[in-house]
Amino acid sequence: MKVTQPMFFFIFRRLAQSVLVMAVVSAISFSLFNFVGDPVNNMVGQDATREQRLEIREQLGLDDPVLTQYTRFIGNVLRGDFGISYRIKRPVSTLILERLPATLELVFVSAIIALIVGIGLGVYTGIRRHSWISRSVMAVSLIGVSLPTFIIGIALIYLFAVHLRWLPSSGRSGVLELGGWKTSLLSLEGWRAIVLPAITLSLFQLTMILRLVRAEMLEVMRSDYIKFARARGLSDRAIHFVHALRNTLVPVITVIGLNIGGLIAYSVITETVFQWPGTGLMFIQAVDFVDVPIMAAYLIFVALLFVVINLIVDILYFVVDPRIRLGGT
Amino acid sequence: MSSPDIQKSRWQRFTDNDIVYSFVTTPSAMVAALIAFIAIAAAFAAPLIAPYDPFDPAQISLWDGKMPPAWVEGGSPAYVLGTDNQGRDMLSTILYGGRISIVVGITAVFLGMLLGVTLGVISGYFGGMVDTVIMRMADVQLTIPGILVAILINGIGRAALPLELREDFAIYVVIVAIGLTDWPQFARVARGATLVEAEKEYVQSARVIGLPGWIIMIRHILPNTMRPILVIATIGLALAIIAEATLSFLGQGIPPTTPSLGTLIRVGNEYLFSGLWWITFFPAISLVILVFAVNLLGDWMRDALNPKLR
Repeated sequence: MKVTQPMFFFIFRRLAQSVLVMAVVSAISFSLFNFVGDPVNNMVGQDATREQRLEIREQLGLDDPVLTQYTRFIGNVLRGDFGISYRIKRPVSTLILERLPATLELVFVSAIIALIVGIGLGVYTGIRRHSWISRSVMAVSLIGVSLPTFIIGIALIYLFAVHLRWLPSSGRSGVLELGGWKTSLLSLEGWRAIVLPAITLSLFQLTMILRLVRAEMLEVMRSDYIKFARARGLSDRAIHFVHALRNTLVPVITVIGLNIGGLIAYSVITETVFQWPGTGLMFIQAVDFVDVPIMAAYLIFVALLFVVINLIVDILYFVVDPRIRLGGT
Repeated sequence: MSSPDIQKSRWQRFTDNDIVYSFVTTPSAMVAALIAFIAIAAAFAAPLIAPYDPFDPAQISLWDGKMPPAWVEGGSPAYVLGTDNQGRDMLSTILYGGRISIVVGITAVFLGMLLGVTLGVISGYFGGMVDTVIMRMADVQLTIPGILVAILINGIGRAALPLELREDFAIYVVIVAIGLTDWPQFARVARGATLVEAEKEYVQSARVIGLPGWIIMIRHILPNTMRPILVIATIGLALAIIAEATLSFLGQGIPPTTPSLGTLIRVGNEYLFSGLWWITFFPAISLVILVFAVNLLGDWMRDALNPKLR
């Protein structure tokens, strides 16, 4: 039997790890500027004179030791300064902030769809595992896991936008300004535009949640306390939703935490398929044009996101599951 | 298991194998293997069986462009699955494209396997600091979804190349990007298997007779880690094919001059609105069938090679 770890120590270790990860990622981002293309060329173009180049080098401090440049880069990043986009010639932080609402709204709507449908179908297939509806849901979900995201997107566009002409095929519309936050969730037009990308993005997470909830349900329904609840003569509804579902939700919550990160990652693909003007599409365009400041900023942004999500999930685990407090890392 | 085997022929011993038994008694595995085999064989035999060479300008005529499949009105029996916007025969481009997808997938998985198994066995055999550093790296990478890692590495790789070389080297960049994305899974499994094997007597005795560490790792431990590695490799192949298709679809992968299935879907997607569905549909359905078959095979293998589930 190992000794109980104090919570403070546990969190401190995780925090130290996170800082280490961010240090490594920021070093990679920093090295992008030096290894990928010539920053001076990118700023003044090919025709600049030698004097102009030297002046820019001086201004950017490219002749300083690497370590000095790195600390300066970190300092700028911590102040939210990621430099100026080579292509669009505007501050990268502004560009990201402008694009963030589109991505966050898409991820939010997808998460809601994945949660409601995933848990609902998971509970149903877990309780009535032999009905034909459950069987077909499971079969479809197996196909859903094998289908690449972009093919689902194309199929939905073809069916609903090209063939039936019910919904728009791409872009974000019906955008309203709400205290600095550009939202498309307040107009019918906006909802019509977000439906297809949100379903596309949610489908993979939906199947994961569905399968997880179903597996947990099957396990819980076999346990003694459920049999006991039946013996007590409780109604099916009370057993399924109050007793069984509540116990399946502990693992689901942690998986969902990690999956929200997954949604943001996959939004790169979905945003490209639907030309959704979020951060993912911006990143893909930046890669096309070798727009290093945006690439570096996106790398740090994504790493930070996952580090924070992992930290929160770890701490939640620690709080929810007492077994983790015993030893381990 | 041991003594009666001697009287049997090699073939009989092969068919007595538990994995072979599981294979012939699982229809889905046989169908999946058949489809995967046909797909791989067709792709590799593309130059022999394809009706046209899509890379030979002499065989392409723009006049024949955008023709629907043979059974649709306006189609021609010369082009069974129709033609794309440049007049290339869809069936031929899919065969050639499938070849690129499969080659990229297999090489990428092999690269990831080589890297992951090497690091995993080293990690498990030596333990201590080496183990901590390697496995921590794997942990960090696994926190970020694979496809995003692949896009990032691929993007950095492309950006690091000079513009004029970018198309020619795109395929290698994609292979390296997917391979580097895959390694942590292999490393974890290989490390786990190594930890188990290293405790066993044969490894202990190999140490006692003074064999050097690398010989013990390669000749004695490595062969015993292969079963779980094979499962990861098969499932990894499906994921690698999807990753390649996704990168190519995003315009970050294989260029249109030598298209893979993903590139074909990307190109065809532009014609979807004009109702030319076949330019996207056939490459897409080929990709889906290929991935589905490999996935099924991987699922079966996971069950068959895992004694706990039998």
